[in-house]
Amino acid sequence: MFAAFLQYLFSGLTSGAIYALAGLGFAIIYNASHVINFAQGEFIMIGGMATATMVAAGVPIYLAIPLAMVASMLVGVAMEKFAVEPARNADVVTIIIITIGASIFLRGAAQIIWDKEFHSLPAFSGETPIAVLGATLMPQSLWVFGISAIVIALLWYFFNRTMFGKAMLGTSHNRLAAQLVGVAVKKVLLASFALSALLGAVGGIVVTPITFTNYEAGIMLGLKGFSAAVLGGLGNGTGAIVGGLIVGIAEAMASGYLSSAYKDAIAFIIILFVLFFMPSGLFGKRGTDRV
Amino acid sequence: MLLEISGLTSHYGRIQALKGIDVQVAEGELVALVGANGAGKTTLLRCISGVQPVTGGTIKFAGQDITKMGPEKRVGLGISQSPEGRQVFGPMSVEDNLRLGAYRRHGPDVKADMDRMYEMFPILHKKRELPAGTLSGGQQQMLAIARALMANPRVLLLDEPSMGLAPLLVAEIFRTIQALKDQGTTIFLVEQNAYAALAIADRGYVLETGAVVLTDQGSRLLNDDKVKEAYLGL
Repeated sequence: MFAAFLQYLFSGLTSGAIYALAGLGFAIIYNASHVINFAQGEFIMIGGMATATMVAAGVPIYLAIPLAMVASMLVGVAMEKFAVEPARNADVVTIIIITIGASIFLRGAAQIIWDKEFHSLPAFSGETPIAVLGATLMPQSLWVFGISAIVIALLWYFFNRTMFGKAMLGTSHNRLAAQLVGVAVKKVLLASFALSALLGAVGGIVVTPITFTNYEAGIMLGLKGFSAAVLGGLGNGTGAIVGGLIVGIAEAMASGYLSSAYKDAIAFIIILFVLFFMPSGLFGKRGTDRV
Repeated sequence: MLLEISGLTSHYGRIQALKGIDVQVAEGELVALVGANGAGKTTLLRCISGVQPVTGGTIKFAGQDITKMGPEKRVGLGISQSPEGRQVFGPMSVEDNLRLGAYRRHGPDVKADMDRMYEMFPILHKKRELPAGTLSGGQQQMLAIARALMANPRVLLLDEPSMGLAPLLVAEIFRTIQALKDQGTTIFLVEQNAYAALAIADRGYVLETGAVVLTDQGSRLLNDDKVKEAYLGL
């Protein structure tokens, strides 16, 4: 009984960590531009696919991973430069639709560059399960937790301890003020896409040995990351992390105790619930500004 | 001339907000720009900082044409603004607000300047770890001015620093501006509070519906009959 619960919890935390990274990706771009980037899932897919195909072609994994991360960042930067920036004077909704277009384009390109097959990666440190109180934990899940935790810690450091990170935060709080203190807002926007693409790629790479990946794996991962971001309160970093873990655990519990057919429905039920009953999410903006 | 604006025009869509403005500010001067709501005062300051598109005319700073320069480069040259409505980074700490004010600068001077700001505004030192959004209106105004000063500007642009403040605080803000002038800071001050602004200004400009209608020494404008009637309520 407890062993089964623990088993579902492990599986929920594993996917939850990936949703958290995707949710953070949404939050970073949203904060820089108020745009919801629906191509976030494609960054995850590109990270996983690029690493998997390079490893299959004989590139050592320690080389394939950084190359795939760079590739994903370049795609993010190119997307900002060629799809988002030319429309910078358009409404936010228009730009959001552009990101949907970009996601369809990236999926199409992935089909052409790679194929429609599922790809996998060998687990980073073997496949021998670890027994924990009657449940089993795959070593790769530990990699997922560990890498996600490190990425989150690095992000925290970047936004709280470096001037450029603070400038990005400042831009999200008050764009005009950021311009007036000399922040190049265009660079912030570009950096937000690069950073979000990087987060997505990291998530995609560490989870591929567990879930496999293919050209359209990004759709579901992106939507779940989006529901994580909405649940946590759009634009809130802590919220995205907590939201990601909740979405992951909720869907693991639902597929364990109800039916695995409901797994994917959970994320959408959460989105609807949040939008109906608490549109600003768990950690949504509370009014601290005084006018 | 440190700042030289000639024939400046700017539009919001098809509406012309500035209709050929000529304004000069010399090194060390305190120049006030007064006028009613909607006269274009804020638009002019936004043009100078580069955050509002200019449709005609030129802005020269220290002899260099900066009309088409990006806002961040202008900060680097020494043009710093405390904007209307204060615009502090609400959720960030007071100290982070000041640090971001020095975003274009590096080195040990930044720390020294921050200490200088805390000396000038002790309340900011006391509240340096609190989110800027929790400060009172007057404290936020001080923070906005201090943040602009952290850029170590050659000209300080102040947009409506007394707006929405209680009379006692208004007096304090104007004392601060006077003190900055006495230390040699070049200031271009935009104010609806025409009396207080002209009283401390070397020179003043009166702006009406996007055009300069009067310019003279501050004290003379204070005694000008038209100014008295229209802006001083005398």
